[in-house]
This record gives sequence, C-alpha cells and structure tokens, in this order.
Amino acid sequence: MRINWKTYDPGKFYDEIISAQGVPRPAARQLANYLKSLTHAELTEKKLAAELAIKTMGISFAVYSDAGNIDREWPFDIIPRVITAKEWEHTSKGLQQRLRALNCFINDIYNDQKVFKDKIIPKELILNSTNFRKQCLGIKPRYGVWAHVCGTDLIRDRDGLFYVLEDNLRVPSGVSYMLENRRVTKRVFPELFENYNISPVQNYPDQLFDTLAAISPRTSEYPEVVVLTPGIYNSAYFEHSFLAQRMGAELVEGGDLVVEKDKVFMRTIDGLAQVDVIYRRIDDLFLDPTVFNKDSILGVPGLFKSWVKGNVALANAPGAGVADDKVIYTYVPKLVKYYLGEDPILPNVTSFLCTDKTECQHVLQNLDKLVVKPANESGGYGMLMGPQSTKKEREEFARKIKADPRNYMAQPLISLSTVPILGDRGVEPRHVDLRPFVLQADKSYVTAGGLTRVAMVKGSYIVNSSQGGGSKDTWIVGDE
Amino acid sequence: MLSRVAERVYWQARYLERIENTARLLDVFSTLLMDLPKGTKLGWHSLVHITGTHEIFDATGRQPIERNVMKFLLPEDNGISIINMLAAARENARTTREIMPTEAFEQINELYFYAKENLAQGVSRGPRHQLFEEIITSCQQITGLMAGTMSHNDAYSFVRLGRDLERADMTTRIVDVGSSNLLVSSQSSTQADEPLTNILWMNILRSMSAYQMYRQHVKDRVNAEDVVIFLLQNDEFPRSLAHCISQLSSVVDELPNHSKSLAQIAKTYRAIKHANIEKLLGDGLFQFIDDLQIEIGAIHKAIADSWFLQK
Repeated sequence: MRINWKTYDPGKFYDEIISAQGVPRPAARQLANYLKSLTHAELTEKKLAAELAIKTMGISFAVYSDAGNIDREWPFDIIPRVITAKEWEHTSKGLQQRLRALNCFINDIYNDQKVFKDKIIPKELILNSTNFRKQCLGIKPRYGVWAHVCGTDLIRDRDGLFYVLEDNLRVPSGVSYMLENRRVTKRVFPELFENYNISPVQNYPDQLFDTLAAISPRTSEYPEVVVLTPGIYNSAYFEHSFLAQRMGAELVEGGDLVVEKDKVFMRTIDGLAQVDVIYRRIDDLFLDPTVFNKDSILGVPGLFKSWVKGNVALANAPGAGVADDKVIYTYVPKLVKYYLGEDPILPNVTSFLCTDKTECQHVLQNLDKLVVKPANESGGYGMLMGPQSTKKEREEFARKIKADPRNYMAQPLISLSTVPILGDRGVEPRHVDLRPFVLQADKSYVTAGGLTRVAMVKGSYIVNSSQGGGSKDTWIVGDE
Repeated sequence: MLSRVAERVYWQARYLERIENTARLLDVFSTLLMDLPKGTKLGWHSLVHITGTHEIFDATGRQPIERNVMKFLLPEDNGISIINMLAAARENARTTREIMPTEAFEQINELYFYAKENLAQGVSRGPRHQLFEEIITSCQQITGLMAGTMSHNDAYSFVRLGRDLERADMTTRIVDVGSSNLLVSSQSSTQADEPLTNILWMNILRSMSAYQMYRQHVKDRVNAEDVVIFLLQNDEFPRSLAHCISQLSSVVDELPNHSKSLAQIAKTYRAIKHANIEKLLGDGLFQFIDDLQIEIGAIHKAIADSWFLQK
C-alpha cells in the first residue's frame, strides 16, 4: 500500500482533501504530499502506532449488544480531515447564533409562549413533543439558557457548503473522542504539527468548566461541579470519566447523591458535601423518580425540586430536549429570524413535515428516494434509508407515518462529503459528518472543528459509532 | 472524596498488590523445585490452600498436580486467577480514571494486555520465571508511578490502605507456607530434613525480596525462628506484617472519621508485637496465622464501615 492520489476517486461527492483528480485542496496540500511520501512500511507502522496508542490509552466505548465485552476500542482512521480557519470562523458564528436562538425558544415555551401567540409554530406541536416537560413551565434558569452544551451535526453537501442535519440538546456525546483523536494524531504524525498551523482543541474541558461554574447558584469562588453518569455500563462512560478527570470534577452516580432540605449533597468519606452544579449525562426521564420515570434507579429523588428552587444548577436543564425534536428542527431557521432578527448563517437540510398534508403526500409517494426520521430517536435508530430500503420496509414506514404523522419527518438523501481513509490497498473515500460542540452560559464557545465521524463501510452513510462508524481527527488550519 | 470512588481505588490497589504477591509466591514455588533433591516433592495443593482458593479448585475435581494448579492460578477464567484479578484491577482503574494519574491507568492496561497474551506460557516451567519477573516489575512500576505522580491526598490514602492491608494479608499467607507441611519427603519420615527446611525459608525470604535485608538485620544464618520474627514483627522491612500494619495506622490518622479503624489497627498491631514466636513455632504457627487473618479481616471491615458507600 502506497498512497497515489491520482487513483483516488470520490466520484460525484465533495471531497474534503482533494478538489479534482490528483489535486489536493490548498489547505490539505502539505498533508497529501506528506502521505504520498510514506512507504508501505511507514504507513503500516503509523497505523499500528495509532491502534496501539488507542489500546494503551484505553480509549473505548461500549456497545450494548457485545455481551461480556463492555468496552471496545475506539475505531479511528489516521488521515485527518482539514478545514480552513476562514470557513470555520463563519461556521462557528452560525453555530453560536443557532444555539442562542434555540435557547430563546426553549425559554419562551416554558415561560411567555410568545412564539405560539405570534403563530410562528403551532402550539400542539410542542405540547405533543415527547421531550416537552410540563413540570418545567415557569422556570427561569440563569441567563435564560437551558441548553448549555449542544452537539450540532453538520454535513457538507455536493455544493461544498455546511448544512445543519440535527441539533443535540439533551446529552450530546463525542467530545472526548475529539480530544483523544488529537492526542493520537500527535503521536502518529508529530512531523506535520511542525509545519501546519493547526488550532488546538484541548481547552474544551476548561471552557466547559467555566460554562458550568457560571451557572452555580452559590457565588463561592470554587463551586462544586460534578458530572452525573448513569454508570460504568453506559456507552458514553469513557467520556463521562474523561471530562470529570479533565475538569477536576467528581464523577458521581445517582447513588452518590442525596437530597436534604431541597439541597443536593454527595456522599464523601467525610460525610455529605453540597453540590452546586450537575453536568448530567442522564436522560431527563431518569433524573428524578419522584417527578419523572418512577422506576429509575439512576436518578436522585428530590433532585428536580432542588433545581426548581434554584439550589442546584442542571446542565443541560430538564426539558431542553424539546428543541431537538426533528420536527421542531424544521422551524429553526424561522426561529433564528424571530428571536434574533437575524438571517440564519447556517442553512438546514431541506425537510418535509408529515403533519403538513401536501408535504406528507410527497413523502409517501417518494419513500424510495427519501430518508425518513422519527422525531425523537438518537444514534441513527428507527430511520428509513429510502434508496437502500426494501419494499416491505417502505410499506411498514408508510403505515407508521399515517398512524402518527407528528412523529416523522423526511429529508432528501443528502450527499455526505468524503474524506480518504487508509484501507488495505491505499486511500479510499468514505462519507463523513461533523459534530462540533457549542457551549453557552454568560458567554458562548465553539470547539475548533469537532468530531468527524466516518462511515467505515464503503458507500455507507451511517456514521454512528453504535453502528460501526469510525472517526478522524479534524484540523482547523490557518494561513501560513 | 466520594465514598464509592474511595472503595474502587482501595480495591484496585488491593488487586494489584495481590497480583504482585501471587506472582512472588508462585515464583518461590517454582524456584524451590530446582533446589530440591530428587525424591522430594512439593505439595502443590498447599499452594492452592495458601491463596485461599482450595474450595474452588477442589470443586473442579482435578488432580492437584503442577500443571493443573498453574493453569488454575494463571490464565483460567475462574474468577480468582491472575488474569481475572488483573481484569478486576483494570476495571476498578477504568472506573476511577477521573481521579487517577492517566499514566497509572495506561500501565495497568498495558500489564493486562501483556498478561492476557503471556500468562498461558507460565504453565510450563521454561518461561515461567521471566513472566513472574515481568509482572512483579510492572506492579512495582505502577506503585512507584502513583507515589511519584499522584498528590498524596485522600485518594492516595486509599491506594495505600488497599496496598498495605493486602500486603499484610499475603505476608501472613507466605509465612504459612514455611510452617505448613510443604515438603513431602519420599522417605517414610513426614518431616523434611533441616537443610531442606532452611532452603525453603531462604526461598521464602527471596520471594519477598527480603533475603538481603534479613541478612543485614539478623546477621545469622537463615533459620525458621528468625525469619518468622523478621517477617512478622520487624518494623522496618516494608513487607513485614508489623510494618504494614503500622503504615495503615499513619494513613488512617490523616483521614476523617478514623477512630474505629485506628482502634482496630492498634489492637492488631499489639497482637503481632506481643506474640512469642519461638513458642508459637513449636505448635506449627497455624492457629496464630489464622488469628492474624481474622484481625486483618476486622481492619477491612472497619475501613468499609467508616468510608465506603453503605449498601
């Protein structure tokens, strides 16, 4: 295996590294030339070095179906994806704008509900959302911010532009892999970091800590910030522990916390210690068995009331997920205009609503061409990939959509851009998306790049790690 | 520090120490083989007994011959083999990564992968010594790494508690090797010859890297009484029982809510120091070692009651 860019063919898709056959994009030129200069033995060695680093660093994720093997090594491809700093600057502005608007929207639906009165969005749509929490009505978190941490999935279409595919406002994960991917790449390609002007990513945990500290109800100099995890069997446990470690925060499970007099405490070797801010990585419904799911053993009885009383801050706030419903998604460009009076910087992917009669008709007639998504699933589950579907699957989805139009939306099959991966016979194109992470409290922040997820199977669009996706380091490269 | 995390850190340290000590114990046994005259056999079953796993071994119905015992204690998936202990240590380290130095987890992880690959080879005698040496050195490295890179805070206190208590436990077990009827002579006498017994004690000292320190301290040839006194009552040698227990006391002293544990540790320490080893040796030491094991169990209980999450 040696890399020959002349035989690398991404077809009709936008490729992130080359612009035409054998011609690298300007920002990726050094990378492409460097890779080409490596011998078969050198490439193999780099690949093995990355695998070994991942193994010894213990970078892992869990797959539920793998009985007996609760953590698996992280699938990683060594060739980085390159994005120019100029393009990223524009994209970050768009991401911050979008999250600002979404937070205004969430705050509005739980308080004044102007957005219904002004007929921007139908009220029933929200009240029927499975992520709407009526218990949150009338609550005003500090700065009016409900979603403090957002993972926005971006895709690049054939026109080379970024589009927002979805907003993840509940418990988005992946940021630790973004950081670890960089650490691995530094071990594998130290030479490249000398010549490239690559934006560092490792300040994310500090930014996250500052965001969390900013919402502490007590104005102490050192607020007690904790990360609440469902436990060691959760698929994102590695990330929970990673973030706690990097922030110097305690990693707690539900059983470590107790509520007394509407204040939250953790059980330490020195008795109970009060907690100020909880970065929770547990779903809303499992947070507090006295308010939500009664059978939850992951949560903490009384936690919700402590939050309502303002004695503890929760990030993200319960109920924030109402805005990452895939049906609500279609309204986001309008919401940006409505709340901020600005034109949206980042476009949405064209979407069809099944609640709209004509659009629903269109969806039902074109099931073989569209991607149908349920409103509230994550991880790529419960979707219909039209062009690859069987007749039986399409019939099943038609039934589901007719039965519950509110729960479905559809999008044309967008063309995800490609990036080369190092396969057994040299470089081969694979489809990617990008998940940057956006923080908001008193200030807002966007990661330099984000997590590039790769569909490792040829031609596939499924990038989710739970379904065999891999990942890559993402470089934001400045001018020389 | 969270109670749950304290418990995991404590167990991680206990497992690591137990792995190191099991490797040491098995290494003595294997070295001993080479020193024994033809016709003298080692009682492999006592090895299973010493590690406290005889009930599980006996349940498998296998003959307690070298190969079976080594398989059982090294690579087998039976919940108590070295590979299983390493998996447990790694799991505890993995689930306390937020407070441990990153390199410590990485080293434990590496040792795990090394063991997974190589433990099966330890069943045969050839590569065995090198395998144990590697495991012992890695464990020592991890201990050193934590001592040198981890703040000596509460979390580190629990590392030390786990380590010293486990070390104390294993020291009593290893002393038990010497006093038990380990060497079975092919001659009719059940008791092995005195020179053989001395070889045994010398190897026991070596297994704890104690031979040199013993010679410096005792200035007499190796004999049962002095060795047992050295390994149980010496306050300076880091693997001697008295030293381990007094270390516990200084660690516990720094922790909150320590009165119950301190009292238990003091009681155990007195029992060790006041023992008349010469007299006890005459009776074969069994009862005394049993009593010490109960004391060590009581210290663990005091620690768990004071600081761990109550189930």
